Amino acid sequence: MSAGDLSAAAAGLVSCETCSLLTQPVHPNHPGHCPRCGAELESRRPRSIQTTWALVIAAAICYIPANLLPVMNTTTLGSTEPDTIIGGVVFLYTSGSWPLALIVLIASVMVPIGKLIALAYLLVTVQRGVKGGERERTRLYRMVEIIGRWSMLDVFVDTFTVALVQLSPLMSVEPGMGVLFFAAVVVLTMIAVETFDPRLIWDAAARQQDPRQETKP
Amino acid sequence: MNRPDEFTSVESVACPDCDLLQQIPPLAPGDRARCPRCRHVLASAPRDPLDLPLALTLAAAIFLIIAQTIPLMNLSVLGLTASTTIIGGVLEMWQTGEPVTAMVVAFCAVIAPTLYTLFMLVVLLAARRPPAPHWVGELLRWAQSVQPWSMNEVMMLGILVALIKIASLATVDPGIGMVAVGALVVLYPAIMVSFDPRVIWQRVEWVDGDLPPDARGLARMERPS
Repeated sequence: MSAGDLSAAAAGLVSCETCSLLTQPVHPNHPGHCPRCGAELESRRPRSIQTTWALVIAAAICYIPANLLPVMNTTTLGSTEPDTIIGGVVFLYTSGSWPLALIVLIASVMVPIGKLIALAYLLVTVQRGVKGGERERTRLYRMVEIIGRWSMLDVFVDTFTVALVQLSPLMSVEPGMGVLFFAAVVVLTMIAVETFDPRLIWDAAARQQDPRQETKP
Repeated sequence: MNRPDEFTSVESVACPDCDLLQQIPPLAPGDRARCPRCRHVLASAPRDPLDLPLALTLAAAIFLIIAQTIPLMNLSVLGLTASTTIIGGVLEMWQTGEPVTAMVVAFCAVIAPTLYTLFMLVVLLAARRPPAPHWVGELLRWAQSVQPWSMNEVMMLGILVALIKIASLATVDPGIGMVAVGALVVLYPAIMVSFDPRVIWQRVEWVDGDLPPDARGLARMERPS
């Protein structure tokens, strides 16, 4: 391996995830604590792949009721009408604000599903030890990290609609079960992004260059 | 072990995204250092590493109080009126049978931004006089872990979408609280751009009892004997 491509793990060093201090661990399997900030040292996030898979699968399961169940129930003069996420997009589109309809469609439908596919793709390629495209996959990971929070949009829309439209007996809006599952999808995928360790993407390439070196995920 | 002797010295690090060992060269104010392999931004050298983020955080604290206490919008239809604050929205969500969702909203819209602002204020104030005590690093760690959950910009857009949805049914007016939320949307990214956590870590006392080498130098400069 060229000296220019040496990873900290290959050099027997550990970088603190909290304060980024580079240290020589006491023991490779039990690196101990960071001398500067006291955080527990870890060469790679522990059980990263298993934990991330568990969260991705849980989020994928929640994604189904999140889209099928109503996020809001609007009661107008005694008659109640359920409103799903897609229903909300259609409502915005037909009421003439297609830019907002597009924003909600991207944030509530496309971002969550895109996030799940992206995380699953990253997990599968890491598990198979795929080489190549490391930079692109790291970029994908960062994109998921930055965009992910925007899917919380619909939860806020529902909260403030419910909070404002309390004009009984004329009209009132109550939250539906869908919003709970939707919030669960966002929270679970956000935690999944934090448990996934992007350094695993680069470990496969390092193993190829030096077959003796094994970096444990 | 790597101990930078001063802020401008060469520092050895491993990239947090790809683990590549490398050295951060001395940076001129305004410069940023990126990992050559994965392009992760490893370090930046803010022109004003402590005062500017502190001023921005103070401003954010003031606007946060306004955003949390003054109604975001007022609604009227056929003589009936309603208004809501952020916490009002959370309470309504709780009372109408969605306590878990209400807690998620409370965390992302109230608790996380408040904790982030509070921790950053204490960290930036305490780091002004190095060496900063060890708990300053602990607070910085907490600030960084709640930061992704502070979602003012998402909430702002959410409120706008809700306003437009309701606008077809009733008259809606944005309130002062909304303006404050708008200010926060600008202030939080500004804090993050103007701040590099390395500045704090180089001023914090080490857990093993050592003073940061940098702070020793700074302490000498500030208190000439």
